[in-house]
Amino acid sequence: MNQINVTRREFIITSAGAAGGLAIGVFLAPVANAAVVNPMPWQSPNDKEGLELSQWIVIDPSGIITVVQPHAEMGQGAMTSTAMMLNEELQADWKMIRVQYADANRHVLNNELWVTMASGGSNVVKARHPHIMQAGASARERLKEAAAQTWGVPRTEVTAKDSILTAGNRRGTYAEFATRAAGIKLAEEPKRKTPEQFTFLGTSVPRLDVPLKVNGEAKYAHDIRLPRMVYAAVYANPVPWGGSPKFDFNAIKNRPGVLAAVELKAVAGKRGIADLQNGVAVVADTYYRAKTALDLMPIEWDYGPNAAMSNQTLFDTAYKKLGEKGAVRKDDPAALAAIAAAPADKKVGGDFHRPYEAHARAEPITTTVDIKADGTVDVYVGAQNPPAVMTAVVEQLGIDPKNCFVRRQFLGCGFGSSSGTFAAKQAAQVAKEVGRPVKLIWSREEDIRNSKHAPAYAARFEAAIGADGLPTAIFTRTFGANSSDNTITDMPYEIALRHHERHSDLETAHIPITTHRAPGTGLVGFASEQFIDDLARKGGWNPLEWRLAMTKSKRDYQIVLNALKAKAGYRMDLPRGEGMGVAVVESHGTIAGAVATVTVSRRGQLRVEKMVLALDSGHVINPLNATEQVEGSVVFGLAHLMGGGLEFQKGMVANSNFDTYRLLRIGDMPTVEVHFALSGGEKWGGLGEPGVPPTAPSVANAIFAATGKRVRSTPLTLHDLSWA
Amino acid sequence: MALALNVNGTSYTVDVEPETPLLWVLRDNIGLTGTKYGCGIARCGFCTVHIDGQATKSCQTKVSAAVGTRVTTIEGLSPNSTHPVQVAWIEHSVPQCGYCQSGQIMAAAALLAKRARPTDAEIDEAMADNLCRCGTYIRIRQAIHRAAELNAR
Repeated sequence: MNQINVTRREFIITSAGAAGGLAIGVFLAPVANAAVVNPMPWQSPNDKEGLELSQWIVIDPSGIITVVQPHAEMGQGAMTSTAMMLNEELQADWKMIRVQYADANRHVLNNELWVTMASGGSNVVKARHPHIMQAGASARERLKEAAAQTWGVPRTEVTAKDSILTAGNRRGTYAEFATRAAGIKLAEEPKRKTPEQFTFLGTSVPRLDVPLKVNGEAKYAHDIRLPRMVYAAVYANPVPWGGSPKFDFNAIKNRPGVLAAVELKAVAGKRGIADLQNGVAVVADTYYRAKTALDLMPIEWDYGPNAAMSNQTLFDTAYKKLGEKGAVRKDDPAALAAIAAAPADKKVGGDFHRPYEAHARAEPITTTVDIKADGTVDVYVGAQNPPAVMTAVVEQLGIDPKNCFVRRQFLGCGFGSSSGTFAAKQAAQVAKEVGRPVKLIWSREEDIRNSKHAPAYAARFEAAIGADGLPTAIFTRTFGANSSDNTITDMPYEIALRHHERHSDLETAHIPITTHRAPGTGLVGFASEQFIDDLARKGGWNPLEWRLAMTKSKRDYQIVLNALKAKAGYRMDLPRGEGMGVAVVESHGTIAGAVATVTVSRRGQLRVEKMVLALDSGHVINPLNATEQVEGSVVFGLAHLMGGGLEFQKGMVANSNFDTYRLLRIGDMPTVEVHFALSGGEKWGGLGEPGVPPTAPSVANAIFAATGKRVRSTPLTLHDLSWA
Repeated sequence: MALALNVNGTSYTVDVEPETPLLWVLRDNIGLTGTKYGCGIARCGFCTVHIDGQATKSCQTKVSAAVGTRVTTIEGLSPNSTHPVQVAWIEHSVPQCGYCQSGQIMAAAALLAKRARPTDAEIDEAMADNLCRCGTYIRIRQAIHRAAELNAR
C-alpha cells in the first residue's frame, strides 16, 4: 500500500506554467486568521492568474498560496487534510493558504495529472499522502534553490519556514522567489519527512470549510443558479431496467411554468452504474412547478421482467444458496471434517443477513448541465469522481472530452452514491433537448428509490471448539454482490483450519449497486463479529479476552484490543436488560474496535447508552477531524442497524422518504468516546469509514448480553427485543 | 399571483402559485440558497427557517402563509456569523458536509430564544426533526450548550 511509485513528472512544472498558462482561479479572500476555502471552490469570484509552481501549488504575488487539490469535500475534511499534508512539507504560512478543487478536464487531458481524483475508500490521507507531501517538498526545495541561486549560496544553507526563505542575514518571501522557482527542475526529488519529523501533522487544526457552513455560504450542486436555467424533475422506472414509460404531457403542459417532458431512454445492452434507465423528466421554470407537474402527469410503466422481486424472494434465494456449495475461496476439507466430527456441545453455527440500503445523502442527487453556444459543456455537480462524470456526459452528448468541464461543488455527503454518474447523463440529455441550462434534481423519493443501492448480504458460519474453548476449525459461506467479503477470508483470528465459500448474487443482479460508507466490511463485520461473540461465549471465554487470545501474533490488533480493554470497562456481569458488547473489524487499512453499552427495557425498547472506540490507523494527521469522522461513522453504523433497510416489493423499493426510511435522530445518540491507539511506522489507514463496521455488531452483541436475543438481521425495527 | 414577502428585513414581491412551498420561493425565486431541500415532507429539517421567530419547516409552509410575517433564513440570522449559535458551531466544529446545518442552526437559535439554558432532553426534543446524515449530533448538543453560555454573557 505504501509502495506508490512517485514519478517525477507529477511534481515538475509544465513549461507553460511559469505564467499565464493557468486555468485555475485563485481565491483572494481578505486575509483571515486561518486558511480558507472558496465557498464555491471551482469558480472563484476573483479569478486571477497566479504563478503555478506545480499543478498542486499556485503562488500569488501577495503571498497567498493556493493548494489545488483533486479530492472531493463531502464532509470528511479532504480540503483541510490535503492542505495540511502539503504544508507539512511546503512550510508556508498556514494563514495564507487557500484551497481549491483541481480541474477534471485538465486532469483527464494531461495523463491524470493529479494521479487520481477519486475520493472513496477512505483514501485521501491513506493512499494520497505520498503524492501530496512530495508535491509540497518539491515546491519547497525549488523555492530554496531559487533563493540559493539568487544569493549565490548552496541550497543546504537556505531554510524555509512560514513562507520565508533565509540564509544568513538574507531573507525573502516565497512569493518573491516563485518566478525563479517555477523555472527550476531539481536534479533529484527531495525525500519526504518521516512521521517523527512532522511538526504540523498530528495537531488538531480547525477545518477550513466550517465557517462557510454556518451561514449558508457554502455552495452545493443543489444551489447552482445560471442565467436562463430551467429545472427538471425526474422519475426513472422504479423497477430497475424496466421498459419505457407511456406518459401524457398534454395533461400537464398548460400548468404554470411547464416547458417540456423529456423521455430518457436506456441503451440496449448497457447496464453500467452510469447508464441511463428508462424514465421521464418534466422541465419547468422552477423546481416546484416541475416536480408538481411530474407528479400529476399520467405515466404508465412497463415494469419488465423483474417486477416480482421482493425482500422475501431475495432472502429465500439467499438462504437456499447458503445451503448449496458455493465458489470456494479457501479450500480446506480438514476444516469441514473437523466441524462435522465435533459433538453438538463443541459446535457453533449461525446465519445472518442484511437488506439493500440507500445512501440517503443529505443532498438529494442534483446535477446542472449547461451546453454553451461555443460548444463547451459545463457540468455542475458534487462528485466523488469527477472524471467519471466527465466521461458520462461526453458519452451521452457525443462531444469531445476537451470541451467538457466539471464544475465541482461541495458535496452534501458522499457515501459512494455520488460516484454514480447516472444523473449527469439524465441532465445532459434534458439540457440537450430543451436547449437551456438544466438543473435536474432527484426528489427524496427518487433518491431513496433509485440511488444505486448498497447490496444485500447473507452469511452462514459454523465452527468447532477445542478442549481449551477456542475454535479449531471454521466454515463460512456468503451470499451477495458484496465484492469485498475478504474480511471473512482474511479474518485476523488464528484459527487453524478454515474453509470459505461464496455465492455472488445472481438472482438480484438487475439491481444497480454501488459503494456505501464501509460497504463490504460493514456487512461482513455485522455477521462475523456476532458469530465470534457466540463462539467465544460457547467456549466459555470473555469475548474481549477471546479476541486478544486469538490475535496474539498481530501487534496492531493487540494495541487496539488492549486500548479497548483499558478504556471501555467491558464487563459481562451486568443485570438483565443491560449489556456490553465488543467487536473489532479492520477496514481501509485501519483496525477499529468498539465496545457498546446498551439498555433494553422488558418491552424491548433499546437505548444505546455509550460507544467506546479504539482505532489504529497508524498515524492521525488531524485528531479533531479524525475524531469527528469516527463519531459520524458510529452514527452511520447505528443508523443502518436501528433503522434504514430497503424493502423491495413488486420489484421496486417500497420505502418512500424519511418517514419510511428511518435514520438516526439526535435523541437516539449515545455518548461516544474515541481513542486512537496508533502503531505508527509504515502503516497509514483511512478514518472516514472504519468506525462503521464494528459499531453494529458491538451493539448487537450488547443486545445479546442484555436480552439473550441474537440480532440476525437488520433493521432492528423488524425485531422484538422484549424479554421476561 | 403576486405575493409580498419580508425576508431577512428585505421586501420581495414574487409571482407564484399561493400553495408553493416557501422553501422553493426562497431558493428558486428569491435566490437565497442557504435553506436546503431534503425531503419535502417536514421530516429532515434542512429547510428550517424562522417565521416571526418560530422555527418552521419551509417545505411544508405555503408561501401564502408567510405573507405578512417576518421570515428569517440562515443568510439573515446575523451579519458575519456572529449569532452565538454560529459562533458555537464554529468552536465545536459541528458541520461536516454542512448540508443540514442551516436547518440545525435555525432550529437551535429558535430553541435558545425560548429556553435560555435547555437540558439535553429539551435539545433532543427541539432538534428531533433535524436529521444529520454525517452524524454530528454529539457536537450539536455540545454547541447548543455553548451557545446558551455565550448568550448568558
